[in-house]
Amino acid sequence: MNNYKKIIPIPQGESEFYWNKTSQEQLWLRKCNRCSEAYFYPRDISPCCFSRDTEWTQSSGRGRLYAFSIIYRSPNQGFQEEAPFIVAIIELEEGPRMTSNIVGVDTPSPDKLRIGMPVTVVFDKITDELSLPKFILAKS
Amino acid sequence: MSNKIAIVGVGESDEIGKVPGKSSLQHHAEAAYNALEDSGISIDQVDGLLTAGYSSMVVAEYLGITPTYTDSTNVGGSSFIIHIAHAMAAIRAGYCKVVLVTHGQAGRSARTKAVADPAEPGAQFEAPYGIINAPAAYSMAASRYMHIYGEDRTRDAMAEIAVATRKWAQLNPKAYLRDPMTKDDYHNSRWVAWPFHLLDCCIVTDAGGAYVITSAEVAKDLKKQPIWVLGAAESHDHAIISQMPDLTSPISKNTGARAFDMAGMGHSDIDLAMIYDSFTYTVLVTLEALGFCKPGEGPEFVANQRTAPGGDFAMNTSGGGLSYTHSGMYGMFLVLEAVRQLRGETGARQLTSPKTALINGTGGYLSSAGTAILSV
Ligand SMILES: [Zn+2]
Repeated sequence: MNNYKKIIPIPQGESEFYWNKTSQEQLWLRKCNRCSEAYFYPRDISPCCFSRDTEWTQSSGRGRLYAFSIIYRSPNQGFQEEAPFIVAIIELEEGPRMTSNIVGVDTPSPDKLRIGMPVTVVFDKITDELSLPKFILAKS
Repeated sequence: MSNKIAIVGVGESDEIGKVPGKSSLQHHAEAAYNALEDSGISIDQVDGLLTAGYSSMVVAEYLGITPTYTDSTNVGGSSFIIHIAHAMAAIRAGYCKVVLVTHGQAGRSARTKAVADPAEPGAQFEAPYGIINAPAAYSMAASRYMHIYGEDRTRDAMAEIAVATRKWAQLNPKAYLRDPMTKDDYHNSRWVAWPFHLLDCCIVTDAGGAYVITSAEVAKDLKKQPIWVLGAAESHDHAIISQMPDLTSPISKNTGARAFDMAGMGHSDIDLAMIYDSFTYTVLVTLEALGFCKPGEGPEFVANQRTAPGGDFAMNTSGGGLSYTHSGMYGMFLVLEAVRQLRGETGARQLTSPKTALINGTGGYLSSAGTAILSV
């Protein structure tokens, strides 16, 4: 039924909310109330101060390109068929960094990307239940 | 000095490189056999078993031993450097006397591949984007270094390291890649994960390695010169690459300082540096983290083939993970080369009477580090 050949994440108890929200095209982060600090990836107990006083908070979906690579060779056939493609670390406006793909760049090459560029989240629906947050270069 | 600890035996598996038909465990066992033979210690005397990749239960059963002290710490390729510190602590605390540390990995020819636990953060938040191997993660770190310190000079440094390391491999009969390499060859090699060319990346081989580590009391009656452990330290500061605090400043900054401190030595005391070269970038950023030069000064430090045979900074004299062997968790082989160089057993690539060696392993996605300082 689904011929998606790349890797599909398997939500865990702590991350079900995150993946439910991405399927609704929203990016949510976990936040520590003691430090007023959002963090990634979602964990019930915060990594900043090991507090249980945490909650969900919606991300603006805006951030900056922190680091990237253009992948030409992948051991996974589904990814290899799409090479070259861009993997990236995004620093979100709220502070946390997450990995993702930069999409919407025709024939990826390093001259089309610059670290620090503004990016915006988009959602790639990969199955009926799951959407992956990815990023496009923001118009500046 | 009765609490001194020494490495007294080293060995690789019988054949390394492309060895179809031999399992990872077979590489463990052959390397263990060869390291014990090198030391002159019988397997009956081994009471500590440290390993990574497999549980010590699996390895001990395969070897036919019943250790009274075990440690299967696996923090990636640096594990076998970290095991030096663990062995030292265990021997000094009286838990065991003779420790065997083994590694084996049919990285090239294994008939099965390990599958990631889907509950791990990497499986959920990185793999779905294609970050499923080391080149993807390390190349992102290198992109950031280039952004901060300049792309052209970083590129030059990566080429210097690849070429210098190959020159050492040409002097090592066991090295997997021994053809001459020029900087043009480097720049013309295909992209794997920009900014990495193929020749920025370690090779993939089948190999095992092992060493025997024990107290001064046991070491004094053995056939080979003991190689003393003067300093050892370990740490890790993240697992998945997005959580690395600073992509240009790996945790070797912490382990290196502590190992130097324990040894009571400084950088100028080191005759040989064995630096895990999963990628050319790993070497560049590790030299800086260890304090051999300041952040961003690595390109000048390695310029003009300074780390090649005949250069004034001896580094990765085996030919490294880039050209000699890289089974997957390469750190073991850093130890073997350092010990052999200090003993004067390395033939055409032998340094002139080195007295000290610094070993630095990096594991995971620039995640873990183990530093050790050895001396004759
Ligand atoms: Zn907190």
